Parts: sequence; C-alpha cells; structure tokens
Amino acid sequence: MSGKADWPLWEVFVRAKRGVSHVHAGTVHAPDAELALQNARDLFTRRSEGVSLWVVKSNDITASDPNDRESLFDPADDKTFRHPTDFELPDEVANM
Amino acid sequence: MAADTDALQKRFDQLIDADDRIEPRDWMPDEYRKTLVRQIAQHAHSEVIGMQPEGNWLTRAPSLRRKAILTAKVQDEAGHGLYLYGAAETLGTPREELLDRLHNGRQKYSSIFNYPTLTWADMGAIGWLVDGAAIMNQVPLCRCSYGPYARAMVRICKEESFHQRQGFQIMLTLANGTPGQQAMAQDALDRWWWPSIMMFGPPDSESVHGDQNTRWGIKRFGNDELRQKFIDATVPQADLLGLTIPDPDLRLDEETGNYLHGPIDWGHFWDVVKGNGPCNRERLGTRVDAHEGGTWVRQAATAYAEKQAKRATEAAA
Repeated sequence: MSGKADWPLWEVFVRAKRGVSHVHAGTVHAPDAELALQNARDLFTRRSEGVSLWVVKSNDITASDPNDRESLFDPADDKTFRHPTDFELPDEVANM
Repeated sequence: MAADTDALQKRFDQLIDADDRIEPRDWMPDEYRKTLVRQIAQHAHSEVIGMQPEGNWLTRAPSLRRKAILTAKVQDEAGHGLYLYGAAETLGTPREELLDRLHNGRQKYSSIFNYPTLTWADMGAIGWLVDGAAIMNQVPLCRCSYGPYARAMVRICKEESFHQRQGFQIMLTLANGTPGQQAMAQDALDRWWWPSIMMFGPPDSESVHGDQNTRWGIKRFGNDELRQKFIDATVPQADLLGLTIPDPDLRLDEETGNYLHGPIDWGHFWDVVKGNGPCNRERLGTRVDAHEGGTWVRQAATAYAEKQAKRATEAAA
C-alpha cells in the first residue's frame, strides 16, 4: 500500500500574479495535499511562474461529458444578440 | 500580537500603495473586509432586484426578437448577481446571510430599481441610461484592489455593452417612429433622466465613505466626476435621438467642454433610499416571495442529492 502507484492524482492551479485567477497548469502525484503542494511548487513554479498554488484531487473534479458538448454549448450559437456587435448603431455612437 | 498586526497592516498598505491586488487568503483590515462585503453585496442585490423592472415587460415585448433579447438581458442580470455573491463569499460571509440582509432590509440595493416601468420605451431608457450609468460606475471597478471583485467586474462589463446598445436601439427605433412612439420615448427619458444621474450617488462633498474607499483602491473616481462623464457622453446621444433632456438649466460650458446640469433633488433621492420610492415595497416583496416560493425546489434538490448519495453508498457496500 505504500508504493507510489497508490498515490492519488492532483490537479494543479497556478496564479501567475495578484489580480488574476488561478489557471490549470497540470497534475502531480502525491500521497497527501501537503506533498501535492510541494510537488506542484517544484514542478510548475521553478521559474517564478506563480505567486499562489491550488491543488485539488483529480477524483474530486466532476467534468462535463464530451458527448454532451453539442447539447450543452450549441444553443448559445444562435443567440448572437447576446453580443454587442449584433446591434447596429449610427457611427456617432459606435463606441457605446 | 499588536506587533504582528502592525506588520500585517504594513504589508497590506504596501500592496495597496503599489496598486497591487488583495486576494482572499491575504490579511486585510476588518474595515476593508466589511466595506467590501457591503459594497459587493449591495451590488449583487441590485443585479437581482434589477431583474424586476424589465421582467415586467418580458411577456409584452413587441416582437419575438425583442422578447429573446430582453430575456437574455434579464438572464445576464441574474448571472451578474451570482458572480458578485460569489466574490462577496470569498470574504467569509455566506450567501444565505447576504440574502437575509437583503430580505430583511439591512442591506440596500440601487434606488434606481424602485421606479416603475410604465411603457415599452422604459426598456429602451433603462438600457441606454441606467445601464449606461452603471457601466460608467463599473468600468473603474475592474481595477478595484480586491482581486475577486475586480475579476467579477471584468466579466460583467464585457456583458453590459450589449445591454446598453440594445436599449439605445429601442430608443432609436421609437425616435424614428410615429409621433406617438416619439412621445413615448420622450416620456421615458423624462422619467429616467434624473434617477439615472442620481445613480452616481450624492455629491462628493456629502459622500460618507468616499475618502477611505479611495485610499483603499476600491473607488477610483469621485461621484461628481463620473456623473459629469456620463452626462457629457449622453447629451449628444439624446441629440442624435432628437429627444430633449428634461433639465432646463443644462448647458454646454464652452471653457471646459462639460455639460453643466441643473440642481439635483437630493431630498427625493434620500426619500427613495429610505424606502419611500414608488416601488420599494413591491420590489422587496416580490423578491422575498420568489425566495420563499423557491423553498420547495431547494428542498427537493437537497433530498435528491441525499438519495443519490445513499444509493451510491449502498451500491458500494
């Protein structure tokens, strides 16, 4: 039970600088959250890529099914009126 | 302990002075946290209550296209409320509590939503003026010192542009329409103009939280400055529509290029803030009813989740 094969997978998120969101960077294996942070630090921030790290157990992430892509996301395609460009206005107020 | 706090305060001040962002795990002064919870929550409440004036016209939009657009806009307001509640929650106040504070009147929402929407032209005036004023207020908040609020505002501002343009297009259509439609557009402008320019808040000379919020990088411009920017941008738009802004004192100051406005009735503003606007009771009542009416939906979702979890445990056993 102590082999590395048993270590769970962790998703790593890095915040590049204050003011921006944490962005997914990749994964590490680690026996617990503390070591996952350590490993993430060594693997993803060796060149000052970040100021903050999050690690989340991969198993704790619920993802949408790729097969559902069309039913989930295509309905937005024919709602072009959600975009400002859908409304033609006179040149004088073009910047509105 | 005091020495620790001093060091933390110093670090916080350095971040603020460097125009850097404060993030949820950072130490921050209690007052900064309280101010942000109040401002972000009130902003969220405004988005949520703001669905009502326009919701009033969803079933009576003049075409299927206008109906789809208005539905999308109201849906955006709900989304904006959720982004903002999410940002407020990063400061440690649970959403339930924020909603309670709205429902029991301890926290306010923008007074602009306490006015009725009497005609379809009000959908145009709201998009053009109310959303226009909101954008003027909100763009600087994209650089607010609190990271999660600033990020929520970036998303919101991206979506607001459509709101203002669809409103102006409604006004344009009416302004180019029959005399009756033109009159309807003018009437909407007459009723929404003063409340819209009051949205920037009282004059800076009377503003309660102004200085400290400026120091903290929560507020970037003064109320009067933003109001002036809005008026300067809006007067030429009204001219383009062929509509008259209901302010007999409004005039262009040649020297500054600013449009100077007449006196604002702040007595009326405070009266509406205190709960005496035309729709205060109706708005809050509708909101509380919606929340209470939704109780069984939340209960059902929880019961379903519990049942699924139980089944999963049983299947694993």
